[in-house]
Amino acid sequence: MTSLPQNETPRKLGLVIDLDICVGCNACVTNCKEWNTGGHSAPLTDLHPYGRDVDGVWFNRVHTFEAGSGRDHRVVHFPKSCLHCETPQCVTVCPTGASYKREEDGIVLVHHDWCIGCKLCAWACPYGAREFDEDAGVMKKCTLCIDRIYNENLNDADRRPACVITCPAGARHFGDLGDPNSAVSRLVAERGGYDLMPELGTQPTNKYLPPRPRRDHAEATGAPDLLEHLDEEDQPGGFLGWVDRLLSR
Amino acid sequence: MASGSAVDDSAVETSPSVGDEVKYTTCYMCACRCGIRVYLQDGKVRYIQGNPEHPVNGGVLCGKGSAGIMQHYSPARLQKPLKRVGPRGSGEFEAIEWDEALATATEWLGHIRRTDPKKLAFFTGRDQSQSLTGWWASQFGTPNYAAHGGFCSVNMAAGGLYTMGGAFWEFGEPDWERTRYFLMFGVAEDHDSNPIKKGLGTLKERGAKFVSVNPVKNGYSAIADEWVGIRPGTDGLFVMSLIHELLCAGRVDLQYLVRYTNAPWLVIHDPDGADDGLFARDDDGNPLAWDQKEGRLVNALEADITPALRGTYPLPDGRAAVPGFQHLAERYTDPRYAPDRTAETTGVPATVTRRIAAELAHAAFQEEIVLNVPWTDWAGRDHEQMIGRPVAMHAMRGISAHTNGFHTCRAIHILQILLGSVEVPGGFRYKAPFPRPIPPHQKPAGRDPRPETPLGGPPLGFPTGPEDLLVDEANRAVRIDKAYSWEAPLASHGLMHMVITNAWKGDPYPIDTLFLFMANMAWNSSMNTGGVIDMLTDTNPETGEYRIPRIIYSDAYYSEMVAYADLVLPDTTYLERWDCISLLDRPIAEADGPADAIRQPVVEPDRDVRPFQTVLLDLGARLGLPGMVNDDGSPRYPGGYPDYMANHERGPGIGPLAGWRGEDGRQHGRGAPNPDQLQRYIDNQGFWQHTLAPGQRFYKFANKHYLEFATAMGFLGRPEPMVFQLYSEVLQKFRNAANGHGPVQPPDSERERIATHFDPLPVWTPPLEEQAVDTGLYPFHALTQRPMMMYHSWGSQNSWLRQILTRNHLYLHHEQAESLGVGDEDWVWIESPHGRVKAPVRVVEGVNPDTVWTWNAIGKRAGAWRLSHDAPENRQAFLLNHLISELLPPRGDGYRLSNSDPVTGQAAWFDVRVRLRPAEASEYGWSEPRYTPLGEPPDMPEVPDVSRFGAAFRQRKGNG
Repeated sequence: MTSLPQNETPRKLGLVIDLDICVGCNACVTNCKEWNTGGHSAPLTDLHPYGRDVDGVWFNRVHTFEAGSGRDHRVVHFPKSCLHCETPQCVTVCPTGASYKREEDGIVLVHHDWCIGCKLCAWACPYGAREFDEDAGVMKKCTLCIDRIYNENLNDADRRPACVITCPAGARHFGDLGDPNSAVSRLVAERGGYDLMPELGTQPTNKYLPPRPRRDHAEATGAPDLLEHLDEEDQPGGFLGWVDRLLSR
Repeated sequence: MASGSAVDDSAVETSPSVGDEVKYTTCYMCACRCGIRVYLQDGKVRYIQGNPEHPVNGGVLCGKGSAGIMQHYSPARLQKPLKRVGPRGSGEFEAIEWDEALATATEWLGHIRRTDPKKLAFFTGRDQSQSLTGWWASQFGTPNYAAHGGFCSVNMAAGGLYTMGGAFWEFGEPDWERTRYFLMFGVAEDHDSNPIKKGLGTLKERGAKFVSVNPVKNGYSAIADEWVGIRPGTDGLFVMSLIHELLCAGRVDLQYLVRYTNAPWLVIHDPDGADDGLFARDDDGNPLAWDQKEGRLVNALEADITPALRGTYPLPDGRAAVPGFQHLAERYTDPRYAPDRTAETTGVPATVTRRIAAELAHAAFQEEIVLNVPWTDWAGRDHEQMIGRPVAMHAMRGISAHTNGFHTCRAIHILQILLGSVEVPGGFRYKAPFPRPIPPHQKPAGRDPRPETPLGGPPLGFPTGPEDLLVDEANRAVRIDKAYSWEAPLASHGLMHMVITNAWKGDPYPIDTLFLFMANMAWNSSMNTGGVIDMLTDTNPETGEYRIPRIIYSDAYYSEMVAYADLVLPDTTYLERWDCISLLDRPIAEADGPADAIRQPVVEPDRDVRPFQTVLLDLGARLGLPGMVNDDGSPRYPGGYPDYMANHERGPGIGPLAGWRGEDGRQHGRGAPNPDQLQRYIDNQGFWQHTLAPGQRFYKFANKHYLEFATAMGFLGRPEPMVFQLYSEVLQKFRNAANGHGPVQPPDSERERIATHFDPLPVWTPPLEEQAVDTGLYPFHALTQRPMMMYHSWGSQNSWLRQILTRNHLYLHHEQAESLGVGDEDWVWIESPHGRVKAPVRVVEGVNPDTVWTWNAIGKRAGAWRLSHDAPENRQAFLLNHLISELLPPRGDGYRLSNSDPVTGQAAWFDVRVRLRPAEASEYGWSEPRYTPLGEPPDMPEVPDVSRFGAAFRQRKGNG
């Protein structure tokens, strides 16, 4: 099957996704679609786009679910795309070499001309990140916007994945997770960023930042539990005596 | 089989062209109006990105905006003007030429204008050109004009404008960079969509606390530090409990109240007098206060006084008066507002209410911000510092859409003001042209519409007493929607939700033509959808004519409403049109300075459609409307809407766009029309923005240099301070009228209602529907929420957006689901006193246990929007609208008032009560009610079975 780069890639480009501030708006989902449907993997085909069984190719999807209960209850908006693993099982399982991991930056890509549509990679990927284009008969996936991030026709600020530049809440970050001093690596360190399903040994490059502790109790803000009510009898002037200050306009 | 690590990667083109051309314009995928960069390739839209320089979105773009391509290429786009040839609702049309369409409309409208102009009802839905459409109605001479505000969030606007000259969203925003504590109440996601998302991200990075008060835990509430799952319609009581706690503890900003509010103004105490409860005034009409140092009455507007906030003081005529603040403090310190007493009604535990009150006070006073920025107050006194109270709030439809919403909005503003947090660092900040006088000076015009005569002013405005109402000599409503009548005195935005019902009933009179723009009144934009459909198709048995004789409709897409029109004027998409996002309209300014923007066509229409605003100006010219024709009768704006945008003057030197005015383009705000103005906007990426000097950025209501700037710009008539109206004399005037005083009094049938609801201080009353129905029989509140990736009904024609949400469920709390014996994907009947709907269930924990909810406007009528008839939107999705009546149950005299806030006429969507009944297994699988599919207009484009959009872009690069 297909081999991985022999050495550790010098750069590990990936995403850091902040679950503390993702509101589930789907901006990353549709902006990804609009860029990529005309990009490296074009098109991101939609079958029956106005019909009953509409079904399209998407590189990024937001899953919304509830977790925990009572005080620990959360509504989670969980964006998910290819995690560009260091040991991507989708690559090692590929019989033709269509699926590969780039040596220079660790991005996992599909060479569409070589893909025979066998779907082994989709079976192998534990994250469900592969998207089969029935119409084209080939497998497609997140390219980390490889046609943006190095694109000399874009200015520096725009050389980032579409999902990152569009995220209204600022919940998505892009950078080199192989460099411990990069902004994304520092963010992961500060916020306790974690791997998705680390037990599988896939070593995902993308990281998720957990929700910050909720400030839903008094000590969290430094405020007291309640305000002491003024005692009317102790106030000069009685009821509302406290407003009798001499205040000038 | 590949071997080794080297993969031939040369096929990866890392620097493809991103398009032939980039154009800047304004998004219209919701009401937020972000700046966008549109990349074009081969004349097609390749990619839409947020404009990084734009004041609204700063480069980001939401899920809707990012799917604009599929809106622009929707197969539901209308192709050509249409004339109805089958019965209304059949969808049988004949395509006609524009000449015929415009001649027909001119003939219908011309006859109305020559005979009885109020027989035209012109309502414009989610219109972003209201300063044009309102002016057009005024020049036509009909008072029957409004946009959709009455069924959206007018309570929010009116509650704020009558209290502090501004409200949330377009009026102002939290100081995201500085606030420490953010309290958000029931929000509509498409109102200030991206700025709120950006702001919440900023807040959380900064470690500020975010509290969301909302019956539904989703969207923004999902990331709140604290979710307060309040019972719908009780937010006002919760806020009053917070005020109770602050007042009982003496934790309010008295200095702020004395300086900037009417707290010290003396209120006349004379229970039998005609002016009881009004402000005591001097001979010049100035309000009076009691100066504590001088021991005498003084003009409360004077700068250097030391006014009392409590006590009883003698007036020169011997009567007594007390400061308004005393009324306020007496009301809310009453034990009935104690958190223990309100907890059962609101569902918010008393411990939570007490703690949030303590946290508000802590943030406001213990975390005070001091900016060393000098500024000058309205009286010319210099200050070295700006004192910030870093508490900010935001609220929207969850508050507005109740019959007690106006007072709840006022209560929220009063809470902010008591904390001293309005327009200070870390608090709520106005966006120019706000704050405006409280309320703005314009009064509604049109009490006596006459043939071929413009109204004396704009149709919408702000009454300050009963004498400003639009009622005739018999005290009946002048307007078809009864706005500004005793049923909705402070209407402000009209009552679009009542137009069809009233026109059908002929109450207060029959109309001739209903002219609608961009409002899906035959489906998701109406309460009582089934009833409205019947009214649109009902005929007079004597004549066989429709009871609403003529309907003209303009829309870009084949929405359900199109099928009910007699004449259809097809509009363009947002990428094919000119528009102005005007300061005269619903502005997009920022707290640091005013801004406005344009839309420009980035692609040409490929169909025989015309932008509505250009069509409206053309009709105006054909009708000879003043201002729309030259002296010789030729069109004043032959170039259509862009011609108007650059050359129309509403007042001397004031036009739709504020930037680059004057012949040389060097003036801003005021200045002669500049023939080059639109090009200057295009050169500046589609917007104009002015940044205020640091000393102008806070206390704008009382900041000399800001007030002078605002006056020079034309935002204000005079550089006078705005004094916040905690105690509302306007409301008290209506109450006095109800109590038998003054020349204009309500009919006897309305006296009690006016006296109850026109309380000069915020009051909480249970929603009117709850008062009228057996809540034991209908135990649940039913709400809709706006999905973040949809704007009303528009999203379902968008092949990308609909994939995210093709069907909706009824979300139900797990305890209730268990007691009903239903689980996920079981079907239930949702029954209200008005109707019933069958829907599938999803069981959740994150909802107020007495509340069920679903997503808004996912359910569609088969035949509309070009979806296949078996699409989930047509088969399994549903609308709650069928459960909500536009009328309240009959009262004693049999009359049915509108289901609206009694102060403003705001549609009370969220008052509805329902019960649930599990459906039989044989009833599973399809929603009800069902309607016969609509037919389709001629010559609509083919609906593809596979969309390979984008393939052509890559092929051109040779990588196909």
